[in-house]
Amino acid sequence: MKYYDKLIFELSVPGRVGYSLPKNRFDKYSIDNLDKNLKRESELELPSVGELDAVRHYTNLSQMNFGVDTGFYPLGSCTMKYNPKINEEICSMPQFAALHPLQPAECAQGALEIYYNLAKSLAAISGLSEFTLNPFAGAHGELTGLMIMRQYHILRGDTKRTKVIVPDSAHGTNPASAAVAGLEIVEVKSTPGGTVSIEDLKPLLDDSIAGIMMTNPNTLGIFESEIPQIAQLVHAAGGLLYYDGANLNPMLGKCRPGDMGFDIMHINLHKSFSTPHGGGGPGCGPVGVRAGLEELLPAPHVRKDNNGKFHIESTDDSFGSISQYFGNFGVMLRAYTYILSLGKENIKYVGPLSVLNANYVKESLKDCYELPIEGVCKHEFVFDGLKDKSTGVTTLDVAKRLLDYGYHAPTIYFPLLFHQAIMIEPTETESKETLDAFINVMRLVAKEASENPEMVKSAPHNTPITRVDDLKAAKQPILKYRDF
Amino acid sequence: MYKYFPHTAANIQEMLAVVGSDTLDQLYCDVPEHIIYNKEYNLNEQMSEQEIRNYFNALAEKNQKLCCFAGAGAYDHYTPSVISYLTNRSEFQTAYTPYQPEISQGTLRYIFEFQSMICNLTGMDVANASMYDGATATAEAVMMMVASAKGGAKKVLVSATLNPLARRVVDTYAKFHGIELQTIKEQDGATSLQDMECLLAQGGVAGVILQQPNIYGIIEDYSGFADRIHNAKALLAMNVNPSALAVIKTPAELGADIVCGDGQSLGIPLTFGGPYVGFMACRKDLVRKMPGRIVGATTDTEGRRAFVLTLQAREQHIRRNKATSNICSNQSLMALWVTIYLSIMGKEGLKEVNDLSYCGAHYLFDSLMATGKFSKLFDKPFLNEFAVDYKGDAAKLQKFMIDNGILAGVRLKDIKADAGDSTLLFAVTEQRTKEEIDNFVGLINKAAL
Repeated sequence: MKYYDKLIFELSVPGRVGYSLPKNRFDKYSIDNLDKNLKRESELELPSVGELDAVRHYTNLSQMNFGVDTGFYPLGSCTMKYNPKINEEICSMPQFAALHPLQPAECAQGALEIYYNLAKSLAAISGLSEFTLNPFAGAHGELTGLMIMRQYHILRGDTKRTKVIVPDSAHGTNPASAAVAGLEIVEVKSTPGGTVSIEDLKPLLDDSIAGIMMTNPNTLGIFESEIPQIAQLVHAAGGLLYYDGANLNPMLGKCRPGDMGFDIMHINLHKSFSTPHGGGGPGCGPVGVRAGLEELLPAPHVRKDNNGKFHIESTDDSFGSISQYFGNFGVMLRAYTYILSLGKENIKYVGPLSVLNANYVKESLKDCYELPIEGVCKHEFVFDGLKDKSTGVTTLDVAKRLLDYGYHAPTIYFPLLFHQAIMIEPTETESKETLDAFINVMRLVAKEASENPEMVKSAPHNTPITRVDDLKAAKQPILKYRDF
Repeated sequence: MYKYFPHTAANIQEMLAVVGSDTLDQLYCDVPEHIIYNKEYNLNEQMSEQEIRNYFNALAEKNQKLCCFAGAGAYDHYTPSVISYLTNRSEFQTAYTPYQPEISQGTLRYIFEFQSMICNLTGMDVANASMYDGATATAEAVMMMVASAKGGAKKVLVSATLNPLARRVVDTYAKFHGIELQTIKEQDGATSLQDMECLLAQGGVAGVILQQPNIYGIIEDYSGFADRIHNAKALLAMNVNPSALAVIKTPAELGADIVCGDGQSLGIPLTFGGPYVGFMACRKDLVRKMPGRIVGATTDTEGRRAFVLTLQAREQHIRRNKATSNICSNQSLMALWVTIYLSIMGKEGLKEVNDLSYCGAHYLFDSLMATGKFSKLFDKPFLNEFAVDYKGDAAKLQKFMIDNGILAGVRLKDIKADAGDSTLLFAVTEQRTKEEIDNFVGLINKAAL
């Protein structure tokens, strides 16, 4: 990667153009006829660049980026698996690009069939009854799921259920989504073993509880073995169980959230189902429900009739809508391609292989990094920093030093249960050679921390830029080109 | 083994030995046996790439390719070829959220450019790194106005001319978030200033949502609105079509405090509704209440210009349940799409797009009127979209047009409950040629009323 310092505005030369449009053949019309009172007054300051200027600029920018295609991401809770290229080919088919979202269902049967089939496939994989694919992201799926939870209680006239239980190890989005959905958060503590404490849970389960949000395995990569008892307790108290599908990958082929007792869940298609993260999106966060809750799903909803025709519906009991149209259809095309490619024979290995990779890395490194919780992990695990704490080298330093060796950093300082958390998730698509090379580098960094701590503390050294001044960015905000 | 699983059988054995497990199944010894899934999923058998291609080609055939005269929030604009070529670069596509600035300057820089362009289009001080879509951005604007309201006002006024597809999302968020919405009546296809004043006078209003151009395609004259809203100590959020802002008054010029909308009109293909990209911009003093990611400029330890996610104290991973929103991502790659679009089109190109669309739409309007089969609904200025009444059965006309390969607008009643049975909403972009419009009008002449 090499440092490139331009912004597109700095390449602008007045009079230069990068576009071509057809000639205006509507002779007697002109936008100049628009009432002066309605017209823009201020100058538009978009760049004037040639096509090649733009192509070089964005190519140069791309070369300052790390991606799954350039290197390994041991990024915990993010499931940065390989993004297959056939998915992109299917997603780019011009026949789908040209479809207007309000095109009548009769002439969009192919698109609706894809939506429907993907929803059905996800239902089969998760052990639930029906899915909506409308939510745009994982957090958006959580919000959708919590609205379904509230709607369930509201329709039963049980309006005092306004609290939701969230474990202290939960993803930060859980409490934030609950707050947006108008739910109050009650935190339940973890046991020293990192799982939800049933003893702490029991007294919280009164008639003000709408439900509980859990990920299983949890953010420590530990399977919540007591989930059947938890489900029984929450259901007996009148609440529902929400499954945060961020950690679904290790369950693929082995265990279904529906069978664990969950009522509602979301899936991150950009994690378990191989669609690219795109530097932050677009994602897709389908939400599924168990039998009996299907009518609560958001509008628009795609259904199939007895003649095999697909329809766009909105049910009376639906809690509402969370998207203008059908969500990120392009992302659905990719995920459906992935499921079709793997088929039932291969998808069942996704979970076991991801778990094997995580345990292999964990066991190979636990003599140099502090492993706070022993035992088999699922898709990910957490170290509490370097074993040797005397060097002053922090988790942040280790993460930054990894960048020098061509790896993305692991997830750090999360979950909040450990002060120096390093959370590693290798995914099933990484080879033993890749993992061995990563293990060697992790060991090397641990050694460097003891022998030359200053060098690790000032890492990275080989990246296009070094560490940035976050404080300056926040104190003197420069948020657009004109602020310079 | 399978192409996405690199381990050989020998690899698996070696790794299991390190882990201290005999089999892959044993790695699930912590999962109670009765919830282990021992069957195969009810899914297809694996498909080769050839089979995948054939399968999707067959499905694509089941969609009808139509010449698009529909809009209502999604427009068939032209996409320069360089965009997908560049956005498909895997360094952009397979990157994670840019938490590690040292190896994410590509993503951070284009987001900074995106924010700069949104600010320039809207005239606002700050913009975020993008939102999911226009409807959720509008719902977030509603929550942001309530969060910013002094004195705990929890009421938001929404113009009846807001796109009902966005409105239903706003309704949903408001219902669960405990926000009261009131609708400002429309009069002759535009927001009633008088009704808004009445509602403001009742007090307790945190903000107002207006759309430009509105659901009928009308460019509303919003002069005087902002002053009245601000006098009532409320905020003005505008949902706008960003492409149109190249030629019509900016929200800043109209006194808006918050601006939101969908960036689809900036060269994003229709793709059956997504992925598109929402955006949000606001006045500087409201930035700490704005949801979503924000990129700022700073320097690295060697003094070089660098970009980084900033003002994160507003966000969910720090604030948890006290965050301004639960959004923790954006539509990053689609923000890149829009950024490249605006770079390629530039200010002249974007004006030309609007001129061509304006001219095509007015030509279609006049041609439809000349058929004698339509009547005017409103006498208001419009840009590239307009609503008219068909004198016959609108549903039948649409069916007839589909049989002839044309998507004849949107039947407004399908999305707006109070619309007339025969009201049709037509949109024209620069992609519609004069020949296509003439062909469409020719068919209307032939259609039975």
